[in-house]
Amino acid sequence: MIRLLFKSREMILGAAILVLVAAIASRFPAFVAPSNLANVFNDTAPLIILALGQMVVILTRCIDLSVAANLALTGMAVAMLNTVMPGLPVPLILLVALCLGAFMGLINGLLVWKLDIPPIVVTLGTMTIFRGIIFVISGGEWINAHEMSDTFKAFPRAVMFGLPVLSWIAIAVAAGFVVLVGRTPLGRAFFAVGGNPHAAVYTGIDVGRTQCAAYVLSGALAGLTGYLWVARYAVAYVDIAAGFELEVVAACVIGGISIAGGIGSVGGALLGALFLGIVKNALPVIHISPFWQLAISGSAIIIAVAFNATSSRAKGRVILKKAEHAL
Amino acid sequence: MKLLKSLLAATAVAAVCIAAPAQAETKRIALVVKALGIGFFEAAAKGAEEAAKELGDVEIIYTGPTDTTAEGQIEVINALIAQKVDAIAISANDQDALVPSLKKAMDRGITVVSWDSGVAPEGRQLHLNPSSNPLIGNMIIKLAADHLPDGGDVAVLSASATATNQNIWIEEMNKVKDNYPGINVVATVYGDDLADKSYREAQGLMQTYPDLKAIIAPTSVGIVAAAQAVSDAEKAGQVNVTGLGLPSEMAGHIESGASKSFAIWNPIDLGYSATVLAYNLATGAAEAAPGAEIPMGRMGTLTLDENSEGAMADPFVYDSSNIDDFKDIF
Repeated sequence: MIRLLFKSREMILGAAILVLVAAIASRFPAFVAPSNLANVFNDTAPLIILALGQMVVILTRCIDLSVAANLALTGMAVAMLNTVMPGLPVPLILLVALCLGAFMGLINGLLVWKLDIPPIVVTLGTMTIFRGIIFVISGGEWINAHEMSDTFKAFPRAVMFGLPVLSWIAIAVAAGFVVLVGRTPLGRAFFAVGGNPHAAVYTGIDVGRTQCAAYVLSGALAGLTGYLWVARYAVAYVDIAAGFELEVVAACVIGGISIAGGIGSVGGALLGALFLGIVKNALPVIHISPFWQLAISGSAIIIAVAFNATSSRAKGRVILKKAEHAL
Repeated sequence: MKLLKSLLAATAVAAVCIAAPAQAETKRIALVVKALGIGFFEAAAKGAEEAAKELGDVEIIYTGPTDTTAEGQIEVINALIAQKVDAIAISANDQDALVPSLKKAMDRGITVVSWDSGVAPEGRQLHLNPSSNPLIGNMIIKLAADHLPDGGDVAVLSASATATNQNIWIEEMNKVKDNYPGINVVATVYGDDLADKSYREAQGLMQTYPDLKAIIAPTSVGIVAAAQAVSDAEKAGQVNVTGLGLPSEMAGHIESGASKSFAIWNPIDLGYSATVLAYNLATGAAEAAPGAEIPMGRMGTLTLDENSEGAMADPFVYDSSNIDDFKDIF
């Protein structure tokens, strides 16, 4: 029953996306050309990767506001590494980015786990610290296109089977998450910890450790995206991806991941990110005043959240009824 | 005593006037920058040295604090007053905080001019702006038009819709666009000075206007992002990205051909002009007053407005011929 509801929720979001695309196509037909849709997906790939990482954090009743700062710091670090050692192979850069990001996630996780500081406070703090560190290590300087090596910049845009590597990475991460969330003990632990932390303890799950694992995962993905982002836009500076953490959280919320924890799905996060990505890519081409654009993206988020809020309330009742029957 | 002093001064001036070519006392001009170690200001110092060589009897003291604070600059100014320099040319970290110490300097007979980043009128004799809004507005459309002899569609990629300087430049651009027949400004979009949003807006422009010939981005974030979007769309050479940017940030895109040229003030010219202006005021060759016209060597003359401010010149154009000389400077 619950599974079915989840499924239908994603169906509704999927339908909303189709309606949205159809509406855009009526104003700007070229938007639905397959090549353009591939572009939109590619442009949304960083958001998808981050939203998936954010999803597991939110599932455990936490939040990670430091993702964008983590992304920017890792991006700057690998860009600087690239300027110092232009010959460094891309797989090594990817590894550095993943480890650096995971390390920053670990800091968040340990603060939440060992010191029991509220997650929003921890990540607000580390967000500012990470941005500060970027300034310190870069001295406020930009790393520009001509300072990065060609292989460094080429990796995310190299085309394989019709799609750029950036898109494939997002697809791979999403596939990995389907397995992780649906098929592993850790995946179930995320849901258990968020759904009912006290019950989770009784089943032998360490709540703090699970939350910490979620932060490390989110951090590692932010680090990965950091490299991809910097390579794609071919520029690294202090303010890259400023405010992007809110977009990531919005994608999760639109995708039906409950801020209260314990409810959510990979498909939801994916569709939530795609929804935002489509809105962001469509607004520049459908001739709407920039002031209206802000209002429109905001309203889209509010409508989606309001919709989710009502539907998740209904679901709560259903679960209780079922539990009663079971008893 | 006072009489004696002014008498002496008068004779000195007279002596200088009479014996102009003769080597008078060396003028010591201090070029005070926001902070040491910034490429832009190092370049300005180069310009100041060039001016010193040209003028002959000038010694340049290039100085500034180690971080961009008003406090640091106040200390530097006090030290310069103690050294009894002849003139101070300053790019200020704070418009008002420096006024008291600069006033003190002027009271001691030191010439004070500000350049690049100004000081409130009571704290300096004149202020040299690198350019002016009408000059910038004209330059950005001229850059696009220069590479479009047959005209065509151009679009503007700005920072945020509420950014004052951007809006003024675009407004000034729109005032003069009729001087460039055939150039058709089709849209103005806003990238909010975010690399990803600017990139997306640039992509959107290319999709919406397949005949687009140029994107004008009067913002350093926007111009880089638009140039990247153009190269990624493999439209380098077809769509020319231009506007205001920094040579160090644009070097790669000039090389790739996504941008044929762009503009920004030339720090060397700025340091040169500030020095010559300070020299002309310090030697009494010119007087700073609203409406005055003060010569600044190879850069022409500076005309002061009612606030004793003036604009140096058109923004300087950078392209493949000179980018390599500037990309390491700023």
